[in-house]
Amino acid sequence: MGAEVLSVSVDSVFVHKVWNDNELSKMLGHDIPFMMCSDQDGSIGKAYGIYDEDSGVETRGRFIIDPDGIVQGFEVLTPPVGRNVSESLRQLQAFQLVRATGGAEVTPSGWKPGKQTLKPGIDLVSNVWKVWKVEQAFED
Amino acid sequence: MPEEFKPGCERPPIKKMNVETDIAAEPVVKEEKKSMIRVGKPAPDFTTRAFHQGKFKNIGLSELKGKWVILCFYPGDFTFV
Repeated sequence: MGAEVLSVSVDSVFVHKVWNDNELSKMLGHDIPFMMCSDQDGSIGKAYGIYDEDSGVETRGRFIIDPDGIVQGFEVLTPPVGRNVSESLRQLQAFQLVRATGGAEVTPSGWKPGKQTLKPGIDLVSNVWKVWKVEQAFED
Repeated sequence: MPEEFKPGCERPPIKKMNVETDIAAEPVVKEEKKSMIRVGKPAPDFTTRAFHQGKFKNIGLSELKGKWVILCFYPGDFTFV
């Protein structure tokens, strides 16, 4: 998918190194492949609106940024609940498809790679029900 | 592309906000401009330090123009989730 992943927390790069070396690399069997960024003063987190002043840490904010530097989507969770990585990848693939088609194709609810897209146009107005069924939103 | 740097003993630089040094002046309460992130709008640029595959690097978001970027914040290293 060719995306660059950046992780960010308020930890120093030294702590990132130790976490990678002593725990994460053992989980993975190799080094963390992406850049682990340090935001010790929380300024990046503040700019993205996900820094929690009360606890002094960053919440689980995830932003998808396109090749022009435009935010296409984001999700923010409180610390105790982890993310669903495959949902992030699904969204990335959907945004990539829309960009590749110049918006000629769009992805309905529940879309996954290989599934039906919709082609907006005058003929589709009031006719989505003919080409797309609600059950498709719930398909695996 | 991200440039490697050699860590020294100095404290990593912390980007300070503007501090009013003139104590005689009326205290200025700076309204921090809090613009919400919005989809379809530019992502705030930043530069920072990173650990990447055995090396320390300087990285700026703007260096990644032309690529899709997934930017993930999390509460802290060694937290459990």
